[in-house]
Amino acid sequence: MILVERRKTFTPIQNFLLIIIFIFLSLIISSSIFTLKGLNPFYVLSKILLSSFGSLYGIKETITKSIPLILCGVGLSIAFKGKFWNIGAEGQLLIGAVVATWFGLFIGKDLPSFILIPTLFILGFIGGGLIGLIPAFLKVKFNINEVITTLMLNYIIENFVSYLVYGPWKGKTQYGFPYTDNLPQNALLPIIKGSRIHYPTLIIGVILAFLVYLLLFKTKIGYEIRVVGENPLAAKYSGIDFLKVTLFIMFLSGGLAGIAGVGELTGIHKHLTYPFQISSGYGYTSIIVAWLAGLNPLVVIFSSLFFGGILVGGDIIQTSFGFPFATINIFNGLMLFFISASYFFVNYRVRFVRVKHE
Amino acid sequence: MNDATLLIYSILKRALISGTPLLLGTLGEIYTERSGVLNLGIEGLMAIGAISGFGITYATGNIFLGFIFAILFGIGLSLIHAFISITLKGNQTISGLALTMFGLGVSGFWGKAYIGKSISIRIKEIEIFVLNKIPFLGDLIFKNDIIIYTSWILTFLLWFILYKTKWGIIIRSCGENPLASDSMGVNVNLVRYISVMIGGALSGLAGAYLSLVYTPMWIEGMTGGRGWIVIALTIFSLWNPSRAVLGAYLFGGIYILQYILQLRYKISPNLLLMLPYFVTLIVLLLSAEETIKKRIGAPKFLGEPYIKEEK
Repeated sequence: MILVERRKTFTPIQNFLLIIIFIFLSLIISSSIFTLKGLNPFYVLSKILLSSFGSLYGIKETITKSIPLILCGVGLSIAFKGKFWNIGAEGQLLIGAVVATWFGLFIGKDLPSFILIPTLFILGFIGGGLIGLIPAFLKVKFNINEVITTLMLNYIIENFVSYLVYGPWKGKTQYGFPYTDNLPQNALLPIIKGSRIHYPTLIIGVILAFLVYLLLFKTKIGYEIRVVGENPLAAKYSGIDFLKVTLFIMFLSGGLAGIAGVGELTGIHKHLTYPFQISSGYGYTSIIVAWLAGLNPLVVIFSSLFFGGILVGGDIIQTSFGFPFATINIFNGLMLFFISASYFFVNYRVRFVRVKHE
Repeated sequence: MNDATLLIYSILKRALISGTPLLLGTLGEIYTERSGVLNLGIEGLMAIGAISGFGITYATGNIFLGFIFAILFGIGLSLIHAFISITLKGNQTISGLALTMFGLGVSGFWGKAYIGKSISIRIKEIEIFVLNKIPFLGDLIFKNDIIIYTSWILTFLLWFILYKTKWGIIIRSCGENPLASDSMGVNVNLVRYISVMIGGALSGLAGAYLSLVYTPMWIEGMTGGRGWIVIALTIFSLWNPSRAVLGAYLFGGIYILQYILQLRYKISPNLLLMLPYFVTLIVLLLSAEETIKKRIGAPKFLGEPYIKEEK
């Protein structure tokens, strides 16, 4: 029979093993779906892993894709730590790109790089942060479910970006494509030669991961965030200001996604275009990135690299097997299923015992 | 009919059709949430319903088989959420998001072969004897497809069960006070499983309505955020099936309004596409005020797994 017992302790090593098992199971289940299409799942899996981690080119691409994931993932960790379900990183990222396009293309195009680029990052941060404040305010003041508001904002912003690139911001030099004109040279980020890695954004991401880690675990506001997330009742009695904490975490969370948007715009695309091309689902993927890292900003760096690889592998199977982009969501969904079930495995032990016949 | 009434008629008719998947989904989510389980996976369930309904109809040429399989797939997928949130006492918010990702992923993968393909089979409109002779209303209300009639019957039935029968009390008590229901001998977990499955079945049906009736062709991502609007409508309806009708058709109307504004006033389609999501936010704001005024809130134990006290 199956015996379920309450666990007394759960060590970090057990936690790590649990995550490895999650990944493994998600890979097995999602690859079994490939067999429905008559493909050898091991072949597909090895293709995914080899293309993302198996060559220098693959590793470069993996790092490139992990940059926005680090920024969004760290941002979401703060929000989730305070039990604010921010599903809006996708839109917050796009706003960062919009603000940067606006300033880089129309206002500050003649500024020298060393002024223009930092300005773009700061404006992107503020833009994403301000958008993050809307659901925070609605949640605290009117008790409106933040999952829905952040998501609705994603849809609104996506359509807004489409409106801009098809309408008022459509570039004169882009042969009728829904692109804005290219940003001036002095707004573009330097990249590592022979790759697409826009290293300034990467450095900002890693530094911010460290800073947010310190903020969460070494400061008073970090302590308050954690209390609000873990025990809202205790937070209420100890006089923690919910509005202040929620606005703070959402400004930061949205702001980090905004920075990611600036990086994607000025490091990769060089112009604003179809919203999905800019955001590429990073906002949604980083939800898993944050949870897989156990909401620890430092671990987010590693889970971002892992998911960067999954995205690169996803691109490859998309082109070589003709799978649609959505396929990657099967794996993402499975990972999240396991993470949502992990409470059980952390708190309970399941044993199979043989019933003795007497 | 003159031009003006014809316009009003066609707006109302289209609003009815585009409101139907929202109504079905909302009815299901009302039951799920009333029993205490929050299911944020409606978007994924609708996507699964849409692709399975389309795929099965395409393969068999039988549209009713399509609807039935959509319901079965909806139930099957919702069982994953039920298992995680009820048996494993997992995090319902994450599990719901997972359901959405998984459902969208599978529908994209499965639907790849059908992109741009359409089905020629239509379900016939059924005219109800005599009543269809009423001017204007006859054509509008008594000449519809069977799924629309079903959605009306379901609305009444689900309202009746929830408020007028013992079953309804049991379902509501599982969301309001699972501990008390348990001590009265109610199997809380079983009630919750059944309620989640009702939600899954109706979301599956809603999705199939999208791909088989509303837009009878396969477009990737054809659910277009309707699953999230369903969750907002559940709040707007104050967890009451009869109010769900109001919200669903209001939103059905907004989808139609987009086309009218675009054709008549040449407003950018991208701006108009923002409309349903903007209105969702406004509707949430309005219902927030109402829940405070009427003191009708979400079921008290919504989203909380029921854990029996350990000895």
